[in-house]
Amino acid sequence: MSVSTEKDDSARVPLWNDPNVRGLVSQIVLIAFIVWFGYELFSNYASNIAKRNIATGFGFLSTTAGFSIAQTLIPYTEESSYGQAFLVGLLNTLLVSGIGIFFATILGVLLGIARLSKNWIIAKLATMYVETLRNIPLLLQIYFWYVAVLGVLPMPRNAASLLDSFYLHKRGLSMPKPIFDSAAVIVLLALIAAIVLVVFLSRWSRKRQEATGEQFPVFLSSLGILIALPVVAYFLSGSPIHLEYSVLKGFNFRGGMTLIPEFMALLLALVLYTASFIAEIVRAGIQAVSHGQTEAAGALGLRPGQILRQVVIPQALRVIIPPLTSQYLNLTKNSSLAAAIAYPDVMHTFAGIVLNQTGQAVEIILITMAVYLTISLLTSMFMNWYNAKIALVER
Amino acid sequence: MKKLMVTAALGAVMGLAAGAASAGTIEDVKAKGFVQCGVSQGLPGFSNPDDKGNWTGLDVDVCRAVAAAVFGDASKVKYTPLSAKERFTALQSGEIDMLSRNTTWTATRDTALGLNFAGVNYYDGQGFMVRKSLGVSSALELSGAAVCTNTGTTTELNVADYFRSHKMPYEIVAFEKSDEVVQAYNAGRCDVYTTDASGLYAQRLKLTKPDEHIVLPEIISKEPLGPVVRQGDDQWFNLVKWSLFAMVNAEEMGVTSANVDEMKKSTNPAIRRLLGVEGKFGENMGVSNDWAFNIVKQVGNYGEAFDRNVGPKTPLGIARGVNALWSKGGIQYAPPIR
Amino acid sequence: MSDHYIRKEDAPLLPPPSSVAGPVHWIRENLFSGWFNSIMTLLAIYVLVVTVPGLVEYLFINAVWDSVDGKACRPAAGGGPNPADWSGACWSFAKAKFGFFMYGFYPDALRWRVDLTGVIGAVGLVLLLIETIPHKRWTAVFMLFVYPVIAYILLSGGMFNLEYVETNRWGGILVTLVVAITGIVVSLPLGILLALGRRSKMPAMRFASVLFIEIWRGVPLITVLFMASVMLPLFLPEGVHFDKLLRCLIGVALFSTAYMAEVVRGGLQAIVRGQYEGAQALGLSYWKTMGLIILPQALKLVIPGIVNTFIGLFKDTTLVLIVGILDLLGTVQTGLTDAKWFSPNTATSAYIFTAAIFWAFCFAMSRYSIYMENKLHTGHKR
Repeated sequence: MSVSTEKDDSARVPLWNDPNVRGLVSQIVLIAFIVWFGYELFSNYASNIAKRNIATGFGFLSTTAGFSIAQTLIPYTEESSYGQAFLVGLLNTLLVSGIGIFFATILGVLLGIARLSKNWIIAKLATMYVETLRNIPLLLQIYFWYVAVLGVLPMPRNAASLLDSFYLHKRGLSMPKPIFDSAAVIVLLALIAAIVLVVFLSRWSRKRQEATGEQFPVFLSSLGILIALPVVAYFLSGSPIHLEYSVLKGFNFRGGMTLIPEFMALLLALVLYTASFIAEIVRAGIQAVSHGQTEAAGALGLRPGQILRQVVIPQALRVIIPPLTSQYLNLTKNSSLAAAIAYPDVMHTFAGIVLNQTGQAVEIILITMAVYLTISLLTSMFMNWYNAKIALVER
Repeated sequence: MKKLMVTAALGAVMGLAAGAASAGTIEDVKAKGFVQCGVSQGLPGFSNPDDKGNWTGLDVDVCRAVAAAVFGDASKVKYTPLSAKERFTALQSGEIDMLSRNTTWTATRDTALGLNFAGVNYYDGQGFMVRKSLGVSSALELSGAAVCTNTGTTTELNVADYFRSHKMPYEIVAFEKSDEVVQAYNAGRCDVYTTDASGLYAQRLKLTKPDEHIVLPEIISKEPLGPVVRQGDDQWFNLVKWSLFAMVNAEEMGVTSANVDEMKKSTNPAIRRLLGVEGKFGENMGVSNDWAFNIVKQVGNYGEAFDRNVGPKTPLGIARGVNALWSKGGIQYAPPIR
Repeated sequence: MSDHYIRKEDAPLLPPPSSVAGPVHWIRENLFSGWFNSIMTLLAIYVLVVTVPGLVEYLFINAVWDSVDGKACRPAAGGGPNPADWSGACWSFAKAKFGFFMYGFYPDALRWRVDLTGVIGAVGLVLLLIETIPHKRWTAVFMLFVYPVIAYILLSGGMFNLEYVETNRWGGILVTLVVAITGIVVSLPLGILLALGRRSKMPAMRFASVLFIEIWRGVPLITVLFMASVMLPLFLPEGVHFDKLLRCLIGVALFSTAYMAEVVRGGLQAIVRGQYEGAQALGLSYWKTMGLIILPQALKLVIPGIVNTFIGLFKDTTLVLIVGILDLLGTVQTGLTDAKWFSPNTATSAYIFTAAIFWAFCFAMSRYSIYMENKLHTGHKR
């Protein structure tokens, strides 16, 4: 061993007091313990499963599901397989998380800025909002909104309507659905072209500003391009997109699309709850930027809006991004509470219905955990990349 | 060492909590001193806790019968309320000794889930409940309806089959707990509430105004409900099965909780065998010979349990119908004890 | 004489013009400092005018404080005594079911045991939290090691002539507090160990810690609870059982351990290298270095983070209701299914009541964390 080859002062240390030996031994013990523990669990599981004659394996994924799901983003019928039911649930999870993250960020940033507002009443209101919402369990809020949303809404027969195309009622929010003809591809292409154009425009304008100091109204012109190009393409290609309206037929609205109340309640709760945390993160981030920076920028003659955009926010973002990432992850994981109000996410559809129909708890829970784990890892990878991109470049 | 401590702590807890070594369920139950019985989270008439947490109901009586057979004391039961989703996993994993939770006997459950159905304590069928104000008189008029039900039940599959085969569009809203289904239906989330007909009568009691809702005449499925045990332990399976049969046999022979003491002196050999005066039927199952006597004495026969929990004089007001004895026009039938 | 025009006293000080001080100035400065701010102020005032009176009416004026069932909380259309467009909180529901919300199905005659446990805990907590009270160390030892045993004996019974109460009879705030406090007490020491493991120089140790932390943090708590509540027995040798509540406690505790470990790691990273080197130069062993030098500083730095984790844990206890354990929210949900109490206002007011209780606990904790933060950061603030 290395002990004997070293000089005499380490030889004087008894073997059990040598930190290296100790470290090695404790690691071996640890590994042995983990292996034993894992083996023990697995062998217990295997013998229990065998003894009780429980079906195992992932073959069930291709079996016909036989049940229906309230909200499906991809084609799904009762004849589809359990595997497809899993995809439907997964997409519903991603849908509510994605939209939730979008709105929670907007609301959170607004609230965070409002908390720092010089306007006393606005600051107080924002503080009150944050202190109330973030101290109440999310599950309770989900139940509350579900009951509140359901309780207040009218029956479909007396639905509240807007412009005779949006209807709000106890079965959800019915609205027109865009139907795309084949020529709609042209509009899509126009949109892509517009985006590419905008990217080039902003690059060009930045270069020009760096070279000559002249500014170009990037925002307004980009907006113009983004709207004008697709609109022109739309009319040139002969209006290939039209709307399918929802109509009341029998008990309920048919046609169009309907956002189910479970989705609305879950989204509302997730957004309002997470926004209160994001607000605190944004506030802390802005406060972390020293006041001297603002003053210096002011002394250089920048306008308040410019100071905020060019000086404060880039610095604040470095403080904000890491905790913001964990809020995004929390929101995604919290969307699993959907099961409580029957929103068909992966937890409800797969770890709920499919688990019950097949009885293969271990496989299904493992898949579900793997899904959330993957989403978590991917989100943190993306945010770490973004964080590295905006990190302080020291010269 | 840190991770080690975490896992060691977990291991220690497991070690502390470790019970007897592996043996048959019946030995385990005897060693524990009680039957761990999985029940619903609250279905009036079948398994329902009162304000103090005392359970009553037709399904609960099966658990009590088994406890009476094992211990001679029907009160030695502990109840685990389970959602539809948890029930099979809980049974498979050994969390509970038996499941008596209005569970439908199907091929998949009996074969692929590692379960055994020990009999049928209630023959049921799936029905629909709607608001009277909807003006619907048949399930065939339900096209386009929003339907509330429980997840992970046969109900959910039946309703899909029914609407599909009649080419009617519908929207399903499936909750994990039946209380949530009731609340959602009550709040107007759905037009239709579907579950086993008995369940509809039971849950209707939980609605604000029970009179404003009707159960439609169509029964769209067969739902034989019964107690379930794990596969691979025939002794326990037999005990649960015969506890149920004893209740049915007792009714057929006219043995009730009131007259069971006198009946012990009966000269009818069938009754003498049932009550353990003759034969060693209890010993063969690993319990005392007066097992059926204890069941009838403490829980009552099947008819008594039915009348007490769901019968016409209870709020549920369900007639015997197909659940009458085979000798009285129903299909409740138990093999003889001999 | 002739100097009567000379002033002998100072003229009284005039108040500053209203545009520089006083309420008008304050209003102008804080509410109407520009066109944007003025619009925002007016908007906020409008929102308040629209919501507050309705809220006060719902919560207090129209509220039903005393009734034997839900009838008093229904409008005329539902068979109640109130006008058609009436709506008000149904506090009598919470009042009638209060015992259930506090203790669940815990037997009436034995509820003094829960109360006693609570009182001992509260006294211990007060002794710990108020700084002027001496003997902190002994109180802490008592609370960490002796109190859990006392609480277990009192709540569960089964020894010392105390009647045994099964855990499935526990419920309400009792369960919420048991889950939360166990989680807190277990997750702090384990979290510290894991954080040390993650920063350890031994690769196996580090890898195991990272794996543990990342897996637990990557999955939602309800999958963990579901595993603990029904799947775990599949992984145990046959015949080994332990209580469902205990299994969920372990799940919750390990889950928050992973979060706690990350908070503590943040503190460890903030300690400068010189501190480690100094300790080594003094010849301190690893555990002495950590226990005497590093951890006291690191933990002090992350007290707010620790308290935030506690708050998160406290709120997360509600999830146990999904696996069928009746915590406070669970008892409220169960209470709501009582047809006797049904009314359009029962559910909303019951949720408001529950929210108020959770809010009070969490808000108190967050205030304490801010207080500690301010106290500990003396001298570092700009």
